Amino acid sequence: MNYAAALLGAASLALAGSFVARAEVFLPLSVIEPVNDEAIAQGMPRLLSHYRFFRDASAQIPVDSVTPYRLNTPLYSDGAEKLRFVYLPEGTAMAAQGEGLPDFPVGTALIKTFAFEQDGKRRLIETRVLLHRADGWLALPYMWNEEQTDARLAIAGARLDLTTPKGEAISYRIPNKNQCKECHGLDGEVVPIGPKARNLSHDWLDEMVAARHLDALPQDADQFPVWEQRESANLTAAARAYLDVNCAHCHRPGATASNSGLDLRWEQQSPEALGIGKRPVAAGRGAGGHLFDIVPGSPDSSILTYRMASPEPGVAMPELGKSTVDEEGLAIVRRWIEEMAP
Amino acid sequence: MTIKLSIAAALLASAAPAFAATHNVAPGENAQQELQEALILAEPGDEIVLAAGRYTLTDGISLDVDGVTVRGAGMDGTVLDFTAQADAGEGFLITSDNVTVRDFALENPKGDGIKSKGADNIVYHRIRVTWTRGPHPENGAYGIYPVESTGVLVDGVKVTGASDAGIYVGQSNGITVRNSIAEANVAGIEIENSRNALVEHNIATRNTGGILVFDLPDLPVMGGGNVIVANNLVVANDTPNFAPPGNIVAGVRRGTGIMVMANDHVLIEDNILSGNPTAPVMVIAYTQSFEDERYNPLPREVVVGENIYNGGGYDPQLEGAEMLLEAFGGELPPVLWDGLGSLAAVEGTAGWSLNLTEAGVGLDSAQPGPLAAATPSGEFDRGGIGAPAELVARLGG
Repeated sequence: MNYAAALLGAASLALAGSFVARAEVFLPLSVIEPVNDEAIAQGMPRLLSHYRFFRDASAQIPVDSVTPYRLNTPLYSDGAEKLRFVYLPEGTAMAAQGEGLPDFPVGTALIKTFAFEQDGKRRLIETRVLLHRADGWLALPYMWNEEQTDARLAIAGARLDLTTPKGEAISYRIPNKNQCKECHGLDGEVVPIGPKARNLSHDWLDEMVAARHLDALPQDADQFPVWEQRESANLTAAARAYLDVNCAHCHRPGATASNSGLDLRWEQQSPEALGIGKRPVAAGRGAGGHLFDIVPGSPDSSILTYRMASPEPGVAMPELGKSTVDEEGLAIVRRWIEEMAP
Repeated sequence: MTIKLSIAAALLASAAPAFAATHNVAPGENAQQELQEALILAEPGDEIVLAAGRYTLTDGISLDVDGVTVRGAGMDGTVLDFTAQADAGEGFLITSDNVTVRDFALENPKGDGIKSKGADNIVYHRIRVTWTRGPHPENGAYGIYPVESTGVLVDGVKVTGASDAGIYVGQSNGITVRNSIAEANVAGIEIENSRNALVEHNIATRNTGGILVFDLPDLPVMGGGNVIVANNLVVANDTPNFAPPGNIVAGVRRGTGIMVMANDHVLIEDNILSGNPTAPVMVIAYTQSFEDERYNPLPREVVVGENIYNGGGYDPQLEGAEMLLEAFGGELPPVLWDGLGSLAAVEGTAGWSLNLTEAGVGLDSAQPGPLAAATPSGEFDRGGIGAPAELVARLGG
């Protein structure tokens, strides 16, 4: 009996030893282990590291098969720094579909990390992943640990105190899994929002085509102004791009705010649907005493700008992902309404 | 004995869906997290049981799983307190089908109370939504707020203080609102752009307007109608309108009992109306201009049946009130019609008409006179009105 135990002990020691030895020898190789397609396909991985999207997670350096991208006009998100990545399984490619979202193959992962500066350093707050599975997209939020080494699944979301780039102290909300769907839900399904061709640069799309990650250059790509260059862009384009990106995931048919009848999508051309001369439906005190969503020439009496300019829950729009007013976005929309012919 | 036992076992098996689980949540520091996790991780058929006590919540909660029941320990026993809510447009958002919420309360949500959107076959039972400071323009808009849904049963709820409508059903079909109390809201109960709605056995009191049936333009779902408002107690709806300006209900006159605006095929019958100083019953066309070609602004086939009126418009909030009161001998008759569309009223119904000839142009052309409405031709067709029987059956559990 003792003999057997001793043997077992010796055996496990030997195994441990060999494991250590292997780890020492193969460490550089293990770092470039491929992305974990299994984790994308099923289950709810507890840790972001399980997916193996990053070569250096703390520095947000992705592995070769994960490609960073940016959007011309981004969602505001209290001024968070956002790092976006797309992963496509080996041998697959996106299919161009005009100005909208490309058709992503099953197995795709869209990854977005939110960061704020703290004590002069970048602090990673959360990483949201959108996983394209056989039965549709799944959205999961991951919250970064204090040590900034890994992020843990936060299915019920979380709140934490931090300071925005403008120096405003806020209670930041990491959305729960259902809240992911409040923005990403369309006709009952979860869908991506950001990477529409019209909001992606030609350069990046060209690179994706060259890398065989995209079958062809989409028609009508790269229409939205680059946000940092909005002052030199067409005013209507800048304002409408802003509203499309920041509002239209809810304010469109089939989405969370469909019952309002307000449709702020880029492609919407009906003045009434865009809110011009449109009365509110369920705005409550969000109307702020105003009668119409947009009054041409008068941002001061338009509900749209009233709600954008408020940080107060129950009045503020968007309802999620906004604790502070986006002054730059508000300025563009105000000017657009101001210059609108009454 | 063996037979009895196996029957009992079979009954048990059929009553409980396979693998249905109960998730217990209790008040405490982690209640926000635990409650939201339970709502996310629940499987269809599961029940989430909220122990008695006060839950301090800083964020709205949400449910997106079909067939879940959320049950508290009574509308005064389990209280979800949203006084410190920091975000979200409502206290509780439901976006899945076949959900039952029952026996708990929400207090002071920053926006709406419980909103269910695109959530078919939902049951609200013995839910309380209260803005504890009473009427205030900064209270949330709607207490109970099902929208864009087919199959809605609201039974035994109580809503106080909503700055728009206490119980609001919008853009839905197959609806029953019953046995409920709406007190001190701008609108007590509002059925908007909806079809096949039954509103019965409710108490609407101290609101600005008791029960409203509206159809509005420019919404994804229009063409409201097939509505019965019956056996309700509509008393003392005399709270000054405290809705934020800009909303349609901000135009509701203090002292309105039951009001129909636009809509097709509506029956108002067997209600008791007392102390509604502007108009116990008001039937009018949509009052504002619109450009939506799909929209019909007129009330059509509205029937005023037998109701008990204790007095009429004794202190109307209307332009030219003094002259009107004088003309009608000190008090306006109980039923007010603007003269547009079609209205029928049982013989002996006392009323008056503005005799307007065009919708949406204001009251300048009003020629007030006694009501000259036709008598109802035949029985009101009640077919298909109300929530599906399956929803009522669910209350037994």
